[in-house]
Amino acid sequence: MSSNEWPLWEVFIRSKQGLSHKHVGSLRAADAENAINNARDVYTRRSEGISIWVVESKLISASDPKEADSLFDPADTKIYRHPTFYEVPDGVLHM
Amino acid sequence: MKDINIEEKEREFQAKIDADIKIEPNDWMPAEYRKTLIRQISQHAHSEVVGMLPEGNWITRAPNLRRKAVLLAKVQDEAGHGLYLYSAAETLGSDREASIDDMHAGIAKYSSIFNYPTLSWADMGMIGWLVDGAAISNQVPLCRCSYGPYARAMVRVCKEESFHQRQGYEIATTLANGTPEQKAMAQESFNRWWWPALMMFGPTDAASKHSALSMKWKIKRVSNDELRQQFVNVTVPQAELIGLTIPDPDLNWNEEKQGYDFGTINWEEFNQVVQGNGPCNKERLDARRQAKENGMWVREAALAHAEKRKAKMAS
Ligand SMILES: [Fe+2]
Ligand SMILES: [Fe+2]
Repeated sequence: MSSNEWPLWEVFIRSKQGLSHKHVGSLRAADAENAINNARDVYTRRSEGISIWVVESKLISASDPKEADSLFDPADTKIYRHPTFYEVPDGVLHM
Repeated sequence: MKDINIEEKEREFQAKIDADIKIEPNDWMPAEYRKTLIRQISQHAHSEVVGMLPEGNWITRAPNLRRKAVLLAKVQDEAGHGLYLYSAAETLGSDREASIDDMHAGIAKYSSIFNYPTLSWADMGMIGWLVDGAAISNQVPLCRCSYGPYARAMVRVCKEESFHQRQGYEIATTLANGTPEQKAMAQESFNRWWWPALMMFGPTDAASKHSALSMKWKIKRVSNDELRQQFVNVTVPQAELIGLTIPDPDLNWNEEKQGYDFGTINWEEFNQVVQGNGPCNKERLDARRQAKENGMWVREAALAHAEKRKAKMAS
């Protein structure tokens, strides 16, 4: 990698008021301000957003896909966390 | 012990692919899958970027302000497509800078179609209609590609491509319905772009060396010949509708296969252009190299500016 390559940024866009920011992709930029301006040009050319977040890719910590089983399996067995687990007599309303 | 491990991983990987579960950047994948994707995605990215040059040639000479604004927007989209794709390749550990330098050195390829010159305004019509049209046929199945970041980039690209083809067909239609000179210009341009557009789908299935594995891995989902046939089937009626003649004496509707039979592609020409001997190969690479060299000061200045600001904020 040449030393004058700009760092990599991840871009998150809020498409409209009331929705959360969503990851849309990445780009390279010299700094945060530059990243926001580039994200405006690359990811919102057709009014896809009203707000942009950028974060340098290297600052993101991610869970390890190899550990996905041990991380997420415990949730699979706890079906009583879902409303469909419970039996409710016929005729009960508003529940 | 290690080999058994890899075999097991490969089996799990293929099972995921067969179940249409997408592969994401940090998931385990065979080295060859990664390599194939990096090659394909970076070639695709280079094509988007080099693809700006033939149309860039006509921006300042667009016949009116509407056409100029449209062409600018279209070319800007292609720059964006290049960026989405370089980012997708980077998720696989590809070094963006090195892959661009490989293209500049003639080691990495880009779509051969962009090595043809744009000689008249009608070419802007033919590129949008035929070249973007063929690109769309190739890209729609890629939206279902097994590699998540590539598939997602393709969804974005396809959404944006739909106006590219329409604006091109609009230009072709306007010329074809114009004065006899304009109509002749459209036909002349169509004659030059038709065959290279068919070559965009790549070698025949029989001659295509990467296809079988790519199909198994669901990187590629429809074969070159099938895509080419679909393209001919939809494009011939579009040409007839605006009174343009397909430059192929062997073109015939085949009732049995419910598709057109068409003449043999000049594969010798295709190979020559791929090998670097097309009409504009040198010009395109020179333009890209110059763009990098002449733009280097912007990169350096932006980095210096960012450093300075950081230092100021810290003090
Ligand atoms: Fe494109
Ligand atoms: Fe396009």
